[in-house]
Amino acid sequence: MTTRAIKSGKIRCDACPVMCYIAEGRAGACDRYANEAGQLVRLDPLTILQRHSESGGELVPFLDGADDWDGGIVADGDTFITAVGAGTTYPDYKPAPFIVASQVDDADMITVVSEGIFSYCGVKVKIDTDRHLGPERAPVRVDGEPVGHVTTGEYGSQMLSLGGVNHLTGGGKKEGRVTCATLLALCNGGAVEMAIDDGSHLIVQAGRPPMVNGEVEERMRAGCGSAVVGMFASQWKGLVDEVVVVDDHITGVMSEHQAGKVIGWPASGIRIKGRRSTPGRYFNVAEPGTGWGGTDLADPLTIVGDFKTGVAEPGRSLLMVSTTGEHSAYYELDDALRPVEKRMPDALVKTIERIAENCEPALCSVVFMGGAGGSLRAGVTENPVRLTRSVRDALTKVTCGGAPAYVWPGGGITIMADVARMPENAFGYVPTPALVAPIEFTMRRDDYQALGGHMDHVTTLADAARGVTGRQNDHVLAGRRRVAADPQNPWPTNRERARS
Amino acid sequence: MSVGWKETPRSVLLKDGRLGLRHGPIDLIVAAQGDPRAVTGGYERVRAQFETILGDLVGELYLLRAPVGGGQPMPSGAIAGRMARIARRFPADFVTPMAAVAGCVADHMLGVLIGDGGLERAYVNNGGDIALHLAPGASYKAAICTDPTAGGHGGTIEVDWGDPVRGIATSGWRGRSHSLGVADAVSVLARDAGTADVAATLIANAVDVNSSAVVRQPANRLQPDSDLGDRPVTVQVGHLSAAEIDEALDNGERRVTGFVQAGLIEAAFLTLQGRTRVVGERPALLSPHAAIPRHGVDRHA
Ligand code: SF4
Repeated sequence: MTTRAIKSGKIRCDACPVMCYIAEGRAGACDRYANEAGQLVRLDPLTILQRHSESGGELVPFLDGADDWDGGIVADGDTFITAVGAGTTYPDYKPAPFIVASQVDDADMITVVSEGIFSYCGVKVKIDTDRHLGPERAPVRVDGEPVGHVTTGEYGSQMLSLGGVNHLTGGGKKEGRVTCATLLALCNGGAVEMAIDDGSHLIVQAGRPPMVNGEVEERMRAGCGSAVVGMFASQWKGLVDEVVVVDDHITGVMSEHQAGKVIGWPASGIRIKGRRSTPGRYFNVAEPGTGWGGTDLADPLTIVGDFKTGVAEPGRSLLMVSTTGEHSAYYELDDALRPVEKRMPDALVKTIERIAENCEPALCSVVFMGGAGGSLRAGVTENPVRLTRSVRDALTKVTCGGAPAYVWPGGGITIMADVARMPENAFGYVPTPALVAPIEFTMRRDDYQALGGHMDHVTTLADAARGVTGRQNDHVLAGRRRVAADPQNPWPTNRERARS
Repeated sequence: MSVGWKETPRSVLLKDGRLGLRHGPIDLIVAAQGDPRAVTGGYERVRAQFETILGDLVGELYLLRAPVGGGQPMPSGAIAGRMARIARRFPADFVTPMAAVAGCVADHMLGVLIGDGGLERAYVNNGGDIALHLAPGASYKAAICTDPTAGGHGGTIEVDWGDPVRGIATSGWRGRSHSLGVADAVSVLARDAGTADVAATLIANAVDVNSSAVVRQPANRLQPDSDLGDRPVTVQVGHLSAAEIDEALDNGERRVTGFVQAGLIEAAFLTLQGRTRVVGERPALLSPHAAIPRHGVDRHA
């Protein structure tokens, strides 16, 4: 975020060509940016989830065509006030900005809506790749600052742990600022460039394929070369005399592989140049690269030595394929037992397509993780520990911008939520530095009362949706934004987890 | 890395077939019905044009923020020129072409959308200022806004092909741009959205009363580069007495009548703290029903 202080109190927003001067405490022309104590912040209007919404995007704030304006009648069961843009009453220990009453299947429910300021927070990033990104525990850097580290390797993927209180507030000032900016960008779906010490250079964006050292990782492979041999052995039997699955990690050779042996695949006389691990499995057939199967091979025959005379026969066929099916070639041996490329029979083309079909698209996924602190819980109830217990006992359901949140076992309220399931631009930050994330607690009205809830600050859903703010709410809301609920998410107030 | 937000032009095809466009302060919803090829072609043209309109406007901002009648040159851009021409038609002691910006963007984009025909019904909604296209026999129905902040509405507008109305605009002190008056909302029907936009702004400025319940501040204290300079704009309106409401609405009505008689607009719908007034040649266009009283709740509540 680039801002230049113009005169004391005024800043210039340069997010678009209008270049608004914004006075302190005010918003720019689009109402999306504001000057809060000399800092340019991006405001978001209160976000209201709408089920069965006709439009897939934002509705305009007012005076829209009557054909898509239902008269402003909000059906409780189909509308949910999210905390995105709701603001926070921090650090006043006041009731949360919205405490919304609604009727769900004839039960009186309360949803406490607040943007929480999370100093204890970070993201877990899963990067689908088989490439070596860097050693476990290596620092991950953005703008040269350590913002997290490489953690475990998982199936077909590598995990990064970014942020956390030690990077946000435990290190240098710049470290905290860069960490906060990194988390904010990732949580809001932005792309972030990062470098791993003694490892790769990455561009990570939630829901997008990772970029590793300048190359986009399109697909997760169906398996390593050895696994692909095993998965497809019976489908290839009878169609071809030899199959080599080229893979930077483990290259598989059908006739020598255990999977081939058990179905009686005959020897072909092939010789692979590489370090044999167990029969039919070869390491280091080539250097890593962007060619076949993550190697630097442009011509796969480079790894095939002379066929053994006496075993190989002219006319025998050979299929070479990569672990994603992206590369494949078909050969037949000539009289000198040299493989000559030929048009691939249709039956084999189908098997290549099946390999490709079994490769899932490679993605980066970003899961927000944060702990709800004392003041946030005080916004819900006068007796914060009761909220913790209520969440523990599954009487209170926690959502983040309407998206489901996983609550960690043990003390406190530490949650995880997939940022891709939350409304766009759901996160903000404060210069502390800390992230501002939406969080909603939904429970039965009587449960809310029992845990010491702020019953005298309750607003009805219909009022909240049409712009009435609670009396505890002392800041200007930029407006309302209705977004269609993500059909993948369970509806936030459905009571499969909150007691019915 | 870059974490700074850049508000680049964005477009999204909504699930209901409308097109959403956004760049900086411009928010458009574009809808078209008719020959599917005309719709697709129109959307493509609109999307392409949208890339540059904000930049073009900003390039002439210094002209557009200056009061008309100062002898400054006409801006050269298509939208900027339209803004200046429309603003000059209004007999007011103070108006800048910026008063027409939202409506003129809507009008211009509607023209781009229509192209050489084939559409039965189309509209471009720029944050509440709407430009309409109606083929013979078509009509358009919209809710009248009574509260721009909460989206409250209190009636419907029905525009038929035969009505001389192709623009609707709303203004009020709670809206995005500052107002000198106290109206919660003024909705105007006019021949195009740009004209409706200027008229709504000027009428909303006129809906005013001297009252201790009204808090005002110099516009440039709130928005340093405001085209209103240091004119006092309304930042809060407390509870007004019945007499104050009447007086403010009377003031507004006088201006509406003047504009209607000058042939500038067709009708206007004024709302102030739950009271509404319909003024104009064609009040039948406006059917105020069940206006929702909203006084006592303000944005600072
Ligand atoms: S505040 Fe909005 S309109 Fe103004 S420069 Fe920033 S992005 Fe553009």
